[in-house]
Amino acid sequence: MSTLRSPLGRVRGLGSAKEGVAHWWAQRVTAVALVPLTLWFVVSVLALAGASYDQALAFFAAPHRAVPMLLLIVALFHHAQLGLQVVIEDYVHQEGAKIALLLLVKGLAILLATLAGFAVLKLAFGG
Amino acid sequence: MAEFSLPANSKVGTGTAHPAPAGAKKPKTFKIYRWNPDDKQNPRVDSYTIDLADCAPMVLDALIKIKNEIDPTLTFRRSCREGVCGSCAMNIDGTNTLACTKPIEEVDGDVAIYPLPHMPVIKDLVPDLTMAYTQLRAIEPWLKSESPPPDRERPQSQEERAKLDGMWECILCFCCTTSCPSYWWNGDRYLGPAILLQAYRWIADSRDEATGERLDALEDPFRLYRCHTIMNCTKTCPKGLNPAKAIAEIKKLMVARR
Repeated sequence: MSTLRSPLGRVRGLGSAKEGVAHWWAQRVTAVALVPLTLWFVVSVLALAGASYDQALAFFAAPHRAVPMLLLIVALFHHAQLGLQVVIEDYVHQEGAKIALLLLVKGLAILLATLAGFAVLKLAFGG
Repeated sequence: MAEFSLPANSKVGTGTAHPAPAGAKKPKTFKIYRWNPDDKQNPRVDSYTIDLADCAPMVLDALIKIKNEIDPTLTFRRSCREGVCGSCAMNIDGTNTLACTKPIEEVDGDVAIYPLPHMPVIKDLVPDLTMAYTQLRAIEPWLKSESPPPDRERPQSQEERAKLDGMWECILCFCCTTSCPSYWWNGDRYLGPAILLQAYRWIADSRDEATGERLDALEDPFRLYRCHTIMNCTKTCPKGLNPAKAIAEIKKLMVARR
């Protein structure tokens, strides 16, 4: 679109959104949380190598494993959707496509996190 | 979307080759981006081979020699020729830097010279920096104080003054800003490293009384938070400054005031 608006008018635009720090901080906090949670998860899965299906079910059904699994799921999907949001905002400049992609990513994150969380709870409580 | 290829009228062709003068002792070829808004042609890269035995050591010296002796139509900005004015910022050998402080001998092979990346080109090596200067204007880079003005200077402790080191030296050449991919994709809203360094220069100034107001104006997903710590800014700065650190300090203050 051609514009005769002054450079200062264009730069000031709609003004500051007065937000962004919460997003930035949440991304850092989840990143820090994911360090021990991911290490614990990898070590646990490696320890399960060669175990039977029933042993694996029993392993994750234990409360001291189900709780960190839930924490891992929440931190992981929250972190992932925060990061993907930034990528989309960086590269997709067409407003309609941007909103559609953001909804898709956030919706998928919520869906997958709920499915994963439900599976853990089913193991823990379903017996 | 982000642009990964040039539009048809910006594709760069091959231009004229100006051969070395007869009997050149140390020939060196400069491949220089040329574009003239008046001739309706695509941009091209002209090559000029000059004799370094008869040329002063910096890239700017070579550009001036080419303009004086071979091609007076070659257009570029320059002024102080000692790295304090920032006029001759351009992309040399793939890196944004000042032509006046970049020794020719640091470049192996031919010397490729382009204007600062991803800015509108006015002509040849002259980029249009209007929006970048306006972004500087928008962060209000001057001292704001409501206390009654003192009769003399506004005093600072030595520690307070030391906080401004690494920032007052910025010459606003925009090497950093134009090296930043986030600025390439979102330069209409993201302020870029040079302007954020200037913003922090006033945020960190103990004499300034508008710190909160300044942080308010920066707290925005695009103005500030498009910085993803890519660090091209710090890597390319011809004055050895660290805009990435200044941006990190702003982000820390955003958290500190919550």
